[in-house]
Amino acid sequence: MSDKPKAIKGAASTSDEFDYSAGLAVIPADKIADPGLEPHHVRMTDKSKKHEKAAARQVALLFFVSIIGSAAALVIYFLFPLSTTEFGPVRENTFWLGLAIALGTLALGIGAVHWAKTLMPAAEQAEARHQTRGSEETRARAVEIIKLADQESGFSRRKLIRRSLYTALAFFPLPGILVFGDLGPNPGSTLRHTKWAKGVRLVHDPYGAPIKASDVTEGSVFHVVPENIDPEDHDYLEQKAKAAVLLVGVNPEDLTIAPDRKGWDYDGIVAYSKICTHVGCPVALFEQDTHHLLCPCHQSTFDLNKGCEVIFGPASRPLPQLPITVDAEGYLIAQSDFHEPVGPSFWDRSIN
Amino acid sequence: MSLFRRNVNGARRHPMAAVAVIALGLIVSGGGYAAATAAVHPASNSTAADTQLVAEGKKLFLGNCASCHGKNAAGEVDANGKQVFPTLIGVGAASVDFQVGTGRMPAQASGPQMMKKTVQFTDHQIAALAAYVQSLDPTGPTVPDAKWLDGKGDTTRGGELFRINCAMCHNAAGAGGALTEGKFAPGLNGVKERHIYEAMITGPQNMPVFSDKNLSPDDKRDIISYLKYLEKNPSSGGYELANLGPVVEGLFAWIIALGLLVLITMWLAAKSN
Repeated sequence: MSDKPKAIKGAASTSDEFDYSAGLAVIPADKIADPGLEPHHVRMTDKSKKHEKAAARQVALLFFVSIIGSAAALVIYFLFPLSTTEFGPVRENTFWLGLAIALGTLALGIGAVHWAKTLMPAAEQAEARHQTRGSEETRARAVEIIKLADQESGFSRRKLIRRSLYTALAFFPLPGILVFGDLGPNPGSTLRHTKWAKGVRLVHDPYGAPIKASDVTEGSVFHVVPENIDPEDHDYLEQKAKAAVLLVGVNPEDLTIAPDRKGWDYDGIVAYSKICTHVGCPVALFEQDTHHLLCPCHQSTFDLNKGCEVIFGPASRPLPQLPITVDAEGYLIAQSDFHEPVGPSFWDRSIN
Repeated sequence: MSLFRRNVNGARRHPMAAVAVIALGLIVSGGGYAAATAAVHPASNSTAADTQLVAEGKKLFLGNCASCHGKNAAGEVDANGKQVFPTLIGVGAASVDFQVGTGRMPAQASGPQMMKKTVQFTDHQIAALAAYVQSLDPTGPTVPDAKWLDGKGDTTRGGELFRINCAMCHNAAGAGGALTEGKFAPGLNGVKERHIYEAMITGPQNMPVFSDKNLSPDDKRDIISYLKYLEKNPSSGGYELANLGPVVEGLFAWIIALGLLVLITMWLAAKSN
């Protein structure tokens, strides 16, 4: 290379042939030496005509298999017609079609690679990378071009244009602030409240029948939503997802009730938020005998008889408890909303 | 005795009147007795059969179950007051039919969960055991009526109820799933309709109870119909990998599919011989 630049002072030369600027790279003193190229490997197809011919036939055979695969795909498409009313034919169609197309593509690719590996020249070649830094002439020419452009456009000379352009560019993104502002609003207090409130009946999910306390026998589990969520509401699913509750009947003697939660259960019937305090999966795997509640996502386990405290897994808080009682007709109702935000923990536990 | 009183014009009643009355009386009382015995007889017969079945069940119970559940079927409580073997009083015939009918009982060994295995008793013996346990407390749940087990309910509704009440443990496709400490919810494919129903009303082992007030018999029929529908309609999307979901699918993709890609890459880079 004729326009070889001088190596920067202090940088090590990395090759016998070329001088490289090492830039900011750290070159260790005990660097592993470049092993150079492997010795040339002579293939059977280079040595014997017989093997060469065999390889050529193999490549052609692979291409022929590819033809068969693609042709089979055409036939299969008509052999397994799709149906608009049944799923079964879709399965047959996609399975066989996929298999045939895979055969067509794979055989084509394998054939091409086999051809390159066995029959195309196998001589090793080294091709050095060019330098990142341009030659002095190229650099000088670049500066010249930039100066000429500045001169011809008058960017430095015409102050009025330049300053008005800067101002225009400064104003340009301002409407975006308003547009992106509309992505809100902030969640406000919606993370802290659910549809549960004093006197709201606990009803069956999904058909909405109210539940009598006498129906909740020991060991039974009810999947419950508040009666005041309406499938017609635009935020029905959000409300349902926040307010989902698991109602369990246990032997009142087995319950360990914290002093601040006295009276939150009704005769051994307890209601807990179904939303895991870890990342919000529905915790509903209830083991009647061990009174464990298991979250299927990350195996957080809660002890239902002890205020749903965490006994295993990544959740860090107990499941929030819904205080319940019964109304005059004996149906289960909520005493209030949850006393803490439901779902995954975040920085603020207050409900206001 | 108006029958024998002379009527207004002095003529007596037809001489055969008394005979007719007596004959009528005999027919009514005799027929009534016959009808009454006919009504009572099968009942007394079945009570006798029941008593015999209960006695047979008791014999089987004492021979096969009493070593754990106790001679009086009250189970066993250890020194700390913990129930080590459950009482069978009040569990009902449905519970016996489920536990013994699926081979879970008699238990082979203690462990996290009693496993399903070859059924150890004949249908008649199971019925006898069930009758005996039912006789201990007649309020226990009984074996369900065949009309809830026909599998002809509303599968759409059954699917929705299944996904809300059952799928979190048993998997949306009924393939079963893991619980804590070695316990698991068994797969429901191939489980008899009767046993599904009985599991819901009795809550065997760690399964919660789904009483008729929670899921009505109609709801249960729909759920069973949905499960039977699933058995008959395999997945149309391709190979299900036992329907176990993302863990198995991920394992397949990472080990089998990615492994294959690694092998192909190695072949691409290897020199030809």
